[in-house]
Amino acid sequence: MNWLTNFVRPKLRALVARKEAPENLWLKCPNCEQMLFHRDLEANQQVCNQCNHHLRIKPAARLSQLFDDGKYETHALPRTVLDPLKFRDRKRYTDRLKEAQAENGANAEALVVASGKLGGYQAVVSVCDFAFMGGSMGIAVGEGLLMAAGLAIDNQAPLIVFSASGGARMQEAILSLMQMPRTTIAVQRVKEAGLPYIVVLTDPTTGGVTASFAMLGDIHIAEPGALIGFSGQRVIQDTIRETLPPGFQRAEYQFDHGMVDMIVHRHKMRDTLIRLVNLLLKRPAEEDLPAAA
Amino acid sequence: MPTTFLDFEKPIADLEGAIMELRHRGNGEGVDIAEEVSRLQAKVERQLRATYAKLTPWQRVQVARHPERPHALRYIETLVSEYTPLAGDRAFAEDAAIVGGLGRFRGRPCLVIGQEKGDDTESRIRHNFGMVKPEGYRKAQRLMKLADRFGLPVITFVDTAGAYPGVDAEARGQAEAIARSIEVCLELGVPLVSLVIGEGGSGGAVALAAANRVLMLEHAVYSVITPEGCASILWRSADAAQEAAEALRLTSDDLKKLGVCDAVIPEPLGGAHRDPEAAIKAAGDALETELTSLDGMDAATLRQHRRDKFLAMGQKGL
Repeated sequence: MNWLTNFVRPKLRALVARKEAPENLWLKCPNCEQMLFHRDLEANQQVCNQCNHHLRIKPAARLSQLFDDGKYETHALPRTVLDPLKFRDRKRYTDRLKEAQAENGANAEALVVASGKLGGYQAVVSVCDFAFMGGSMGIAVGEGLLMAAGLAIDNQAPLIVFSASGGARMQEAILSLMQMPRTTIAVQRVKEAGLPYIVVLTDPTTGGVTASFAMLGDIHIAEPGALIGFSGQRVIQDTIRETLPPGFQRAEYQFDHGMVDMIVHRHKMRDTLIRLVNLLLKRPAEEDLPAAA
Repeated sequence: MPTTFLDFEKPIADLEGAIMELRHRGNGEGVDIAEEVSRLQAKVERQLRATYAKLTPWQRVQVARHPERPHALRYIETLVSEYTPLAGDRAFAEDAAIVGGLGRFRGRPCLVIGQEKGDDTESRIRHNFGMVKPEGYRKAQRLMKLADRFGLPVITFVDTAGAYPGVDAEARGQAEAIARSIEVCLELGVPLVSLVIGEGGSGGAVALAAANRVLMLEHAVYSVITPEGCASILWRSADAAQEAAEALRLTSDDLKKLGVCDAVIPEPLGGAHRDPEAAIKAAGDALETELTSLDGMDAATLRQHRRDKFLAMGQKGL
């Protein structure tokens, strides 16, 4: 095992190898193990057509399913200090960031901020990207949420957040922890402006994200089966040394324990959000409106 | 003299053991041992000075967790006269991991809240080792709102390994309880000053520390995760806790540089546990200074001050 076998050989192999059929043409449903064809999944908003399991979904797909005619504008996150603590574990944080950006796009971060028309009215939507370093919240996510709040206030629009995160970005250590009060300030600003702040909890939402902006919504919606909680299940198990109850920390469990208002199927998300926002803002019923452009 | 020594304090423990031995023997035989004892004591002091002048971050964590370190109730009982504990969240239960109530701090009526770890097996169990459950955070919210209603400043003593990670805590909404506590801290129209006296453990700590001023004792730590937890996730081995402690920048001096902590309170030589009275007095002086600095600010100004402070964080690194 050396540099040649570890690094150079796989690279060469990758160059020479014949491109085989992409592996992701077929995908096994993590819940019922049914093989699902990627086009069917896409058409069904990444919901298993056998068991209704909601698979994780990329922000771009989420946003185009949500906004009127699938049209929206994304807003670049404010520039923030990269690697403020010069953090290094087994890898440098800067290298981990580069890897994540290589996989997810050049300026990607764990949050996407978008705006557009939702049911004919302007809305600001922030979506956490779990594929980017586990959706972890660092300074960029905090700044992004503050920016989203600002956009909502400037446009007198509701702020809708789709949460999905493992929690704080450990590599930003204490500064990631400080995003809990900072994102809370973002939420407070939206509420003070008299605008709705709606959280859609998606799989998985845990740690410092749940314990800050994701639990402060005027309304909490969860996607079916989503894992929602504060402590990780392994940590809890190590503490209590018992098996966890069935369905623990799932959306349905959180509904039963009073933490979410409703569990909404992905197919019904757009209509539900439009209805809630219109009711909160005392707008006319949708059928009275001119048809969406 | 403490009865628990940390692993890096071995030479000090040996010296202090020798002093004890000498005293014990001296008492029996009436021999003059004063000179030898004072020689050894000077050596202890030199050793302590040398050791504590260059504690590694991991050693700081150990000092912050020292079982004989003064805990929240001791600060409250020493610094707050007419202390009148209040209890319960009015919804589910009383959580003794959070202590708090009304009292007078150096003459001014105030509300104090603390995370209490306990000092012996029985009290540790009663206080759940300082690991707060949702009802504890909801109790803290209730007390902070009470202070707000009557215009009393709030002092919080932070000392927790983290919020309690258990099935019951999750069932009652640990995440919501913490989020709401942060929100209540930020909404207060009265001064809020937080002092990290030992461990500032992640969300469980910031729930009481979204404050106008955040102070730390010299050897206290404040972190997004315990070094052990961080090591097991990022290094995939809890044995890397020392490295994790360094990478996390959890010491009071680093946090001061980052603007997370506003002031550091020097501890007595060898840590607060070697001279709790002096440590508590220094903490009281610092708290008084900070409260005085917030005097005269109205509710809106205090809220804005708190927001500005947190919004300014993270603009620069180390």
